[in-house]
Amino acid sequence: MPEILSLRGEPAFFADVRAIVREPDAGPQAEGVLPLALWRARAAGGAVPAAVWLAPGDDLGALVPHLRVLQLVALELPKAADGRAYSLAALLRTRHGYRGELRAIGDVAIDQLHYLRRVGFDSAQLPPARTNAATLATVRAILRTFDDSYQASTDQPLPLFRRRQLGEAVR
Amino acid sequence: MPDTTPPRAAIYAYDAVDQRLVDQRVAEYRSQLARFLAGELSEDEFRPLRLRNGLYIQRQAPMLRVAIPYGVLSAVQLRMLARIAREYDRGYGHFTTRQNLQFNWPKLEDTADILALLASVQMHAIQTSGNCVRNITTDEYAGLAPDEEVDPRPIAEILRQWSTFHPEFTYLPRKFKIAINGAAEDRAATAFHDIGLRLWRDAAGALRVRVSVGGGMGRTPMLGAVVREDLEWQHLLTYTEAILRVYNLHGRRDNIYKARIKILVRALGAAEFARQVEEEWTALRDGPSTLIEEEFERVAAYFRLPDESPRVAAPARPIAEDERLAFARWRTRCVHAQRGGHFAVVLSLKATGVAPGDASDTQMDAVAGFAERYGRSEIRVSHEQNLVVPHVAEASLPALWRDARRAGLATPNLGLITDIIACPGGDFCSLANAKSLPIAAAIQQRFDDLDYQHDIGELNLNISGCINSCGHHHAGHIGILGVDKDGSEWYQVSIGGADGSALSNSRAAIGRIIGPSFAAGEVPDVVEALIATYLQAREPGERFVDAVERLGIAPFKRAVYEERQRDALEANADA
Repeated sequence: MPEILSLRGEPAFFADVRAIVREPDAGPQAEGVLPLALWRARAAGGAVPAAVWLAPGDDLGALVPHLRVLQLVALELPKAADGRAYSLAALLRTRHGYRGELRAIGDVAIDQLHYLRRVGFDSAQLPPARTNAATLATVRAILRTFDDSYQASTDQPLPLFRRRQLGEAVR
Repeated sequence: MPDTTPPRAAIYAYDAVDQRLVDQRVAEYRSQLARFLAGELSEDEFRPLRLRNGLYIQRQAPMLRVAIPYGVLSAVQLRMLARIAREYDRGYGHFTTRQNLQFNWPKLEDTADILALLASVQMHAIQTSGNCVRNITTDEYAGLAPDEEVDPRPIAEILRQWSTFHPEFTYLPRKFKIAINGAAEDRAATAFHDIGLRLWRDAAGALRVRVSVGGGMGRTPMLGAVVREDLEWQHLLTYTEAILRVYNLHGRRDNIYKARIKILVRALGAAEFARQVEEEWTALRDGPSTLIEEEFERVAAYFRLPDESPRVAAPARPIAEDERLAFARWRTRCVHAQRGGHFAVVLSLKATGVAPGDASDTQMDAVAGFAERYGRSEIRVSHEQNLVVPHVAEASLPALWRDARRAGLATPNLGLITDIIACPGGDFCSLANAKSLPIAAAIQQRFDDLDYQHDIGELNLNISGCINSCGHHHAGHIGILGVDKDGSEWYQVSIGGADGSALSNSRAAIGRIIGPSFAAGEVPDVVEALIATYLQAREPGERFVDAVERLGIAPFKRAVYEERQRDALEANADA
């Protein structure tokens, strides 16, 4: 069963042939979504790989000059409670203008998907136990739950109070 | 003819979006609860979801913590809390040191229905637990106090909205507590919060904010460090966002006891922490989240009374001779003059034998009635766990006092030794090392004599059942902390804490432990020995906290441990 959930439009599972490369010392020929250290080494060699993943403590700085080339940045949540990926995502979208795919990997709980989408994630890799039709139905309901927000985020640059002022928000 | 229509409370009222958000939150939780009960979510998966709706699993039953934003309630809302206590709980609730209300006995299966009832009166339990931004607290006299420079309520409401469901900060390293003060006296203990905000006006009358970060209680109590003295008010959200982002990225996640922002501030040093915040803020500053006058005005307008005239209460019979002393005592202790000449009446939830901060459903309904009949349908919750009815005319005081007495809410002990702050402790809370409520009860009984209490004078005695310090023992003039020694319940006593209020001489300080811990039965004797030492040594007009400041802890420590040794020797001699 394809295990990447798209969060844009009508949520659906899709498959990605690019696997997450986890071993930090995976060989120089490793292909897929590369860990940051390996990605940096390749990028330094001149050929910037299009897919990279970051652990929560990793520094975004190395990516910034290459964001136009990157097609996929995956941010890891080693535990669902580790919220650093949310700030990294927000920074990638707002501070650095990243437009490629942003994917959440690791311990992704479907009840976090609304927040993940708001801070700029396009997709999430779910654990195998959750990649099924029943979960998809629940996920679609989850992502329909809230139709507005108070504060600005990557999905809505204007906080509610500005939209109130513009007469837009209150229906 | 007296006006009997209850006035509409001058508090923030939800518009369509505010209401939809809480309704949608209830729907979200209902679905999560159903999935948990059906086995589709594990305990571990359900835990963060229920915590972000205030639901703990405790020793005896689930506990639901309802948010009372910045401690402000309407009579309608308080009546709903009474109804929930009656229909879903055991007929009472507990007001906390963060101005929230806890129900100790709801059934898990009923919690979505309870949240729905709360939503129907514009209330919720959103983010009252979990590693996210919690209820924002302020002073129970916000908008009322003569020493107030800036009413903190509009800013508190604006911050509440900004923090609600903030997607980036839903999984912080640890809980995050913000307190706001707008008065000369700090009655909100801002120095003990993750972010403490002091609102003030500059010479041109512009609203500014002093921002302190990294205060807190717990295992490593600390006072906050000022990172900005004079932030212009419109930058408050972007600046707070910068603080939260630095914390979210760099706060420790390896050890839950080292995960609060105070640890990060201490590790970096306040100057470096402030520099990192400023650097982040540079990119956020002047962006769309910069506050605008229109929003401040929109929110502030809700808190303005339509007119300042007090309610005309039905004429009451005058205070009789046999009531005179009791009424005078109560008036002195529990009635505070507001700006403009009306009164804020404190209803003590600290009667002897009642768990501090607890109120029955009958009492909650009674207080709602007092607010409607004698006030402006508005109630405040103090972080000392008492209730306040503001906007009461002087002429109404005798009638209100009699009604309050009948309801057991007129104990004239505000600010005295029996006005104890205590957490629910080991009787209820699975985190506790020891029980707090029997200690509070024993102290209240020992000092039950009101004359004695008045002679002792104003004193903050705070009790926590464990180092999580929900009873704020670090800030108590006398602090009592439950500890687990060899598997049994012992109590550590500290003195000289201060919460920053006028009663504490506007000082914030962490109390110092006087020595080895005591068994439960010894605690009232220990407190009595501390008081006796104070009474013997005090100078005219000097309160307990002042005497500790002047004398240091040595004489108090000596008195307590020498007496303890004497008692032990006597016991041995008798044996």
